[in-house]
Amino acid sequence: MMRAMSVSTQAQPLSPGLRATLLRRLRRLLPADAVLAREEELRPYECDALSAYRRLPGVVVLPRNADEVRAVLCLCRELQVPVVARGAGTGLAGGALPRPDGVLLSLARLDRILRLDPDNRIAVVQPGVRNLAVSEAAAAHGLFYAPDPSSQVACTIGGNVAENAGGVHCLKYGLTVHNVLGLKMITVDGEMLELGGVHGAPDGPGLDLTALAVGSEGMLGVVVEATLRLLPAPPAARVALAAFDDIATAGAAVGRIIGAGIVPAGLEMMDNAALRAAEDFVHAGYPRDAAAILLCEVDGEAAEAEAQTERVCALLREAGATEVRVARDEAERRRFWQGRKAAFPAVGRISPDYYCMDGTIPRHRLPQVLEGIARLAREHGLPVANVFHAGDGNLHPLILYDAARPGELERTERLGAKILELCVAAGGTITGEHGVGMEKIDQMCVQFGTAELQRFHDVKAAFDPAGLLNPGKAVPTLHRCAELGAMHVHGGRLPFPELERF
Amino acid sequence: MDGADLTDSLRETVRAAGRGGTPLCLRGGGTKSFYGRVPAGEVLDLSRNRGIVRYQPTELVITARAGTPLAEVAAALAEHGQMLGFEPPAFGEDATLGGTIACGLSGPRRPFAGAARDAVLGLRCLDGTGEVLRLGGEVMKNVAGYDVSRLMTGALGTLGILLEVSLKVLPRPQTELTLILEEPDPQRALERMAGWQRQPLPLSGLAWSSGRLWVRLEGTAEGVAAARARLGGDEPADGPAFWRGLRDHRLAFFSDDRPLWRLAVPPAAPFIRLPETQPGDWLLDWGGAQRWLRSGLPPATVRAAATAAGGHATLFRGGDRGGEVFHPPSPAVLALHQRLKAVFDPGGIFNPGRLYPGV
Ligand SMILES: Cc1cc2nc3c(=O)[nH]c(=O)nc-3n(C[C@H](O)[C@H](O)[C@H](O)COP(=O)(O)OP(=O)(O)OC[C@H]3O[C@@H](n4cnc5c(N)ncnc54)[C@H](O)[C@@H]3O)c2cc1C
Repeated sequence: MMRAMSVSTQAQPLSPGLRATLLRRLRRLLPADAVLAREEELRPYECDALSAYRRLPGVVVLPRNADEVRAVLCLCRELQVPVVARGAGTGLAGGALPRPDGVLLSLARLDRILRLDPDNRIAVVQPGVRNLAVSEAAAAHGLFYAPDPSSQVACTIGGNVAENAGGVHCLKYGLTVHNVLGLKMITVDGEMLELGGVHGAPDGPGLDLTALAVGSEGMLGVVVEATLRLLPAPPAARVALAAFDDIATAGAAVGRIIGAGIVPAGLEMMDNAALRAAEDFVHAGYPRDAAAILLCEVDGEAAEAEAQTERVCALLREAGATEVRVARDEAERRRFWQGRKAAFPAVGRISPDYYCMDGTIPRHRLPQVLEGIARLAREHGLPVANVFHAGDGNLHPLILYDAARPGELERTERLGAKILELCVAAGGTITGEHGVGMEKIDQMCVQFGTAELQRFHDVKAAFDPAGLLNPGKAVPTLHRCAELGAMHVHGGRLPFPELERF
Repeated sequence: MDGADLTDSLRETVRAAGRGGTPLCLRGGGTKSFYGRVPAGEVLDLSRNRGIVRYQPTELVITARAGTPLAEVAAALAEHGQMLGFEPPAFGEDATLGGTIACGLSGPRRPFAGAARDAVLGLRCLDGTGEVLRLGGEVMKNVAGYDVSRLMTGALGTLGILLEVSLKVLPRPQTELTLILEEPDPQRALERMAGWQRQPLPLSGLAWSSGRLWVRLEGTAEGVAAARARLGGDEPADGPAFWRGLRDHRLAFFSDDRPLWRLAVPPAAPFIRLPETQPGDWLLDWGGAQRWLRSGLPPATVRAAATAAGGHATLFRGGDRGGEVFHPPSPAVLALHQRLKAVFDPGGIFNPGRLYPGV
């Protein structure tokens, strides 16, 4: 088993007296099978998909509806017990990491699609509904839900909202924030907030609290219902696969496609290590000897997709692709994408452990940042496989390591931190879609200055004055940043002076 | 490009206003002074803090100071075959980028290409204590920290002075085509618009006015041709003029003395029947989701109708600007507005009361 990474805010377990009171009161509010307290019942909730961070929750509750969620929150507020919301636990930043002194609130049983309205093109869903289930239900009406994280079979809409999840089709169709019209969210005070267009209106009155709630990592309230925008499914989609013998050339090809005024439905890149792993895993038909491949999908009317595909292929060849192949049929298209969507688990097969990063950079910095990552990887003596949402400049370097080898985990964390700092120095950000959670809390000190961090704490306090929801995540204390001595690297001044900014 | 970064002097002004407890009325081009509740305070002109800071067409991102005229931004983008996807209304030549983002208004393309808030990637602003905050960034995907940039979009300057805004831009479509179809019945018009929106058509505008449906198609030549064949209808002499007129409220419909209401409702909500109101008093935009109404009816009547339809109503222009212009939120949500105001503008000096009392 993996050893734990340095989980920094160590919290003491609930005192036996408080735990007994909490359990007794919870059992009055919820059915017997909805309150878990024995160690073997708690174990499955000790981590999310960032499994290097683990700790047992004090108690796990599994409410079935919004009223039960509200009752749990009110009790926790009364007893001043921290609450961590959890969807499917596929998060990669430790956002759903529980607390030994708190309640883990699973939304898994709120799993109903409440309404599917094809004329208004909306789905109203409970937070525990799986991402893919929305598109599956909408397919009967020729509609789909656009954000498609690679984890879409498992991850929940509540988790997607909390992380502002993206997917391979976000370049054209937007992230979660662009596809959520409204939310019902319960604050820790038990107040039910209706935000935005919960009935399908394009906006709500006043401040855009929907946008603030999306991506708030379970810090401001618990989402109990989401109104999602559905789109008509395009009649045709074509995907081209281009091979390159040099990764920087592949990076430059991305800019060429975008610069030509094409908005692909998806534009993804994998380097040799990642594409080999994927090929060995799902036999997608990738060229195993390419230094990098690009997958570029266009969609629309049949004639339109055809014409766009031709343009894309021509651009890819001009950009120096050694081979360009268009998926001949739907089955091949699915295989091409399956390889990409299975990239993380595929890398998981070739290395005892891997650590997934999530920086975003301006697209034109891609070649330089890739070189920088390769150099850092060499310096740290750890291999890195790269998978990117290239169209949006969102990088997922996967650091391959073996936690059983002494010191390797620490080296991995150091390399990861350096890679994120490199992204900030290149004018980018430490997280494009996975969230800060517990994992990137220190890098927040690099991304933001004191004034911004202080306002973030104030925003949190405006919703949750006692700081009971997911405490210690997403925003570092100013004290912590000062202690780390982390340099706020705004404008690329530090710590990569060789990277000139624009 | 002419421009100046006035961050330092604006910061001094804000600090002085904070010390003296002087409310400031933030003004960009002033073209939207009619919007929102009655402005109060000493006018602070933000139009000289202007100029495009960065624009790299292949990044699909532009960063400009908030006082930059919208027209200047549009011209720079047009030079590279790009545009602001949300098609912001200008309401006059002096409209600034800051005023546009502070109002959060979007034009006819909004249901198909996203709203102003969808295009905002990041911004620099001055909060009420004179502190410069840098939020979001210049990249497409960024989930570090709360999304305060989008919170400030549409906040009418009540949370801070926008200094610099970074927006996602879009390539201009290859082809644009407008069609008109006769449809005297507004309910039937809504149903036809809903039907089209369920199909994968390259729509970029969908409106009904005075017995006619207006459809704008945009995209590749192939996609537009296929859709045109499917929809039928006629091509008007000057389609773009209609959409510009709709965007900037220069169509004849908007020159009327009665108050102008904006209703945001689910697009397929049935046509709203009100007393003393004719179909011609309505203009349906955004495929039915944004409905303009000219009416002297009591605000309570209009608001109740909007609520019943599943949306909300804004007294967009005219009427009693001292009363509730925006739909009153629930007490819990209003309390949050007031607490967020206190976070970013603790002294309450920015546009006090422009959005809601106490905000
Ligand atoms: C193999 C793999 C591939 C992935 N690919 C992608 C990808 O392509 N794009 C992408 O964006 N992400 C991806 N992820 C990350 C992850 O799937 C997403 O972050 C997802 O949105 C998490 O959803 P979840 O239901 O698992 O949430 P959890 O992990 O359970 O929780 C995530 C966060 O949301 C909060 N939360 C959960 N439910 C609620 C609620 N109802 N109200 C308030 N807060 C709540 C939690 O407190 C926590 O902070 C991937 C993960 C894996 C393992």
